Amino acid sequence: MGMKITKNGRRCTVLLDGDIDHCSARSMREMIDRYVNEEKPEVLCLDFSKIKFMDSSGIGLIMGRYKLIKILGGRLVIAGVSEGISRIIKLSGLGTLGIVKEER
Amino acid sequence: MRILDPINEMKLEFVARSSNEAFARGAIASFVLQLDPTISELSDIKTAVSEAVTNSIVHGYGEVLGTIYLEAKIFETGKIIIRIRDKGVGIPDVSQAMEPLFTTGGEERSGLGFAVMQSFMDGVKVFSKPGRGTTVTLEKNVIRRFVKEKKQSAVVG
Repeated sequence: MGMKITKNGRRCTVLLDGDIDHCSARSMREMIDRYVNEEKPEVLCLDFSKIKFMDSSGIGLIMGRYKLIKILGGRLVIAGVSEGISRIIKLSGLGTLGIVKEER
Repeated sequence: MRILDPINEMKLEFVARSSNEAFARGAIASFVLQLDPTISELSDIKTAVSEAVTNSIVHGYGEVLGTIYLEAKIFETGKIIIRIRDKGVGIPDVSQAMEPLFTTGGEERSGLGFAVMQSFMDGVKVFSKPGRGTTVTLEKNVIRRFVKEKKQSAVVG
């Protein structure tokens, strides 16, 4: 598991790496939240393009960050979603929040 | 060997540590590879097993470091039967636990584990006894390569 955070003005992009499951989601969550609470970005972008596996723990990760950034007055964008990840997102109903960036 | 007998079987047991979620889905993936599934079929199976094993760790055992039993059988027809069993606290109301978005796991759990299993597999059965544990049986039918080739040549021919 790795993670790269880049900042462009008030936009933060988190490039997630590896597998997202209940085990890895915990440390990802802690790192993102620490950063977001310090930087208070206007836009938080979670980039899933390097994620090889994700189960429903990834939905918990997205929902939690969505709530946090809303409280801070920013907004969440989800990018780099593969077909497999997209199926879980659809199942969760998160797609209706309008946060998933269409591409590929 | 009778036609309905499995062509192969495996049994594994491991401690209910969160780091074994990746081990369990890796193990099941390499076992079912013998049936030559597609990438998408393989990903469905890995995801469903990851959900069931996570349930056993988070809900079945919680703070207790119990044992999780993973068994799989594969059949000539392409059928795969996987059993994930724990001796944890059990589920008092299985049908409620299987409702999408229902969770007792706190804010960071989505409550989608069973919904994912049901959507990605061809069959999901849950047997649970409070105080005794939970057994989840997952079934998936992968399309055998020779059937795929037959279908393709039927289209071409």
